[in-house]
Amino acid sequence: MEQEVATFAVKKGLAQMLKGGVIMDVVTPEHARIAEDAGAVAVMALERVPADIRAHGGVARMSDPELILKIMEAVTIPVMAKCRIGHFVEAQILEALGVDYIDESEVLTPADEEHHIYKHTFKVPFVCGARNLGEALRRIGEGAAMIRTKGEAGTGDVVEAVRHARAVLGEIRRLQNLPEEELMAFAKQWSAPYELVCETRSLGRLPVVNFAAGGVATPADAALMMQLGVDGVFVGSGIFKSGDPARRAAAIVKAVTHYQEPAVLAEISRNLGEPMVGRQISSIPEGELIAGRGW
Amino acid sequence: MLVGGGKRMKVGVLALQGDFIEHQAMLGRLGVETVQVRLPQELEGLDALIIPGGESTTIGKLAEAFGLIEPLRQFGQQRPVWGTCAGAIFLSKDARRQQPLLGIMDIMVVRNAFGRQVNSFEIDLDMPFLPSSNGHSTPFHAVFIRAPLIESVSGNAQALATLPDGRIVAARQGRLLATSFHPELTGDDRFHRYFLELAK
Repeated sequence: MEQEVATFAVKKGLAQMLKGGVIMDVVTPEHARIAEDAGAVAVMALERVPADIRAHGGVARMSDPELILKIMEAVTIPVMAKCRIGHFVEAQILEALGVDYIDESEVLTPADEEHHIYKHTFKVPFVCGARNLGEALRRIGEGAAMIRTKGEAGTGDVVEAVRHARAVLGEIRRLQNLPEEELMAFAKQWSAPYELVCETRSLGRLPVVNFAAGGVATPADAALMMQLGVDGVFVGSGIFKSGDPARRAAAIVKAVTHYQEPAVLAEISRNLGEPMVGRQISSIPEGELIAGRGW
Repeated sequence: MLVGGGKRMKVGVLALQGDFIEHQAMLGRLGVETVQVRLPQELEGLDALIIPGGESTTIGKLAEAFGLIEPLRQFGQQRPVWGTCAGAIFLSKDARRQQPLLGIMDIMVVRNAFGRQVNSFEIDLDMPFLPSSNGHSTPFHAVFIRAPLIESVSGNAQALATLPDGRIVAARQGRLLATSFHPELTGDDRFHRYFLELAK
């Protein structure tokens, strides 16, 4: 047999290698090296962390390819980059750059309010956000090889990350108890592809790796998401908006490994300096929330 | 699967980071008891250890931070250890850059030797040393993800499998094994059975 590239198995496979790890947002090559030294499994290269995207306002787009390339040169771990929802040309550009994963992300301003990118035809794998099981399975149906629950990016408030992880994982637990004749109605209720509903039921988990994102700011937040049942965590603003990024980054990496050991968590949580200030989600006007982007 | 004296075999999977659950699932189907290893004391009483795929820099740093480097080296001198992808890098004595390594296999590896993720691939490879059910050797489906190459073997290490062009993707040194690819991502348990034979 000849060598086969870009199969779904290798796209999904890279995410399997990231499990039990932390993916960190970085905006400079120096940040990327700090993240790698702290034990990040991958970095997300972008111009502004979500907290600054919120503060800056305006249209948030794919980052400058020059910045992404410099970050790719700076580290040996995988580099991810974000494109706007539905902006398949930004995705083509990111693929041409050779990034290892594309995040079709609600953190950027959506380019299409009805359709996401058809991801199967790309050689590079995609990760997409989801707030519930239906959204997750629709994204996988379009070709996403990894899912992250959305949370509310750039807030440092973990409450939405918890809500979305509980929604996805709870719905899978419910699905496992349904008899076969109820699966089509379940698929209809969640607007989810029927075959993926059946596969999720028999696996007892999403068919692809599922990380948590959006509001993780402390080692305890990261361990909380792991105990809820996700495979790993994304940390956006939580590291480089804190007082001592290198220390905090290393502590969050350790927390994701030892998430079931409170004694270890207590030790690694000591003296981390100031966490990001954060913004309570309940104080944010509805129009400024970003998790609702995506269809 | 049993070890000497009729005791059920107990195999550890280093669970600092990576696809350790996939290895556990494969071992479980073979009737082996598995243990996740994150701290040195969890190595006690194990018949063998697997170091999974993942990010070798992350696994190395966590192993260093939690005092696992020396205990893992000692374990490797007494019991079988198998590293897949990141695990193979971690076992090597040289990965051509500064990162924590166990250095217990006389192999030199090159990380990300095939390029970035878009170059990750699957291929069928001949591995006649694997157990066969019908007397005929069938190729093994090998999955390479941002994979390392074993650039050279020295000392007691030997090449075990190669790509069609001769580049080394699996090596063995006594009861230590290193593979660039991921048998745990396939449904084929022959590589796991081959490893378990070393632990008997």
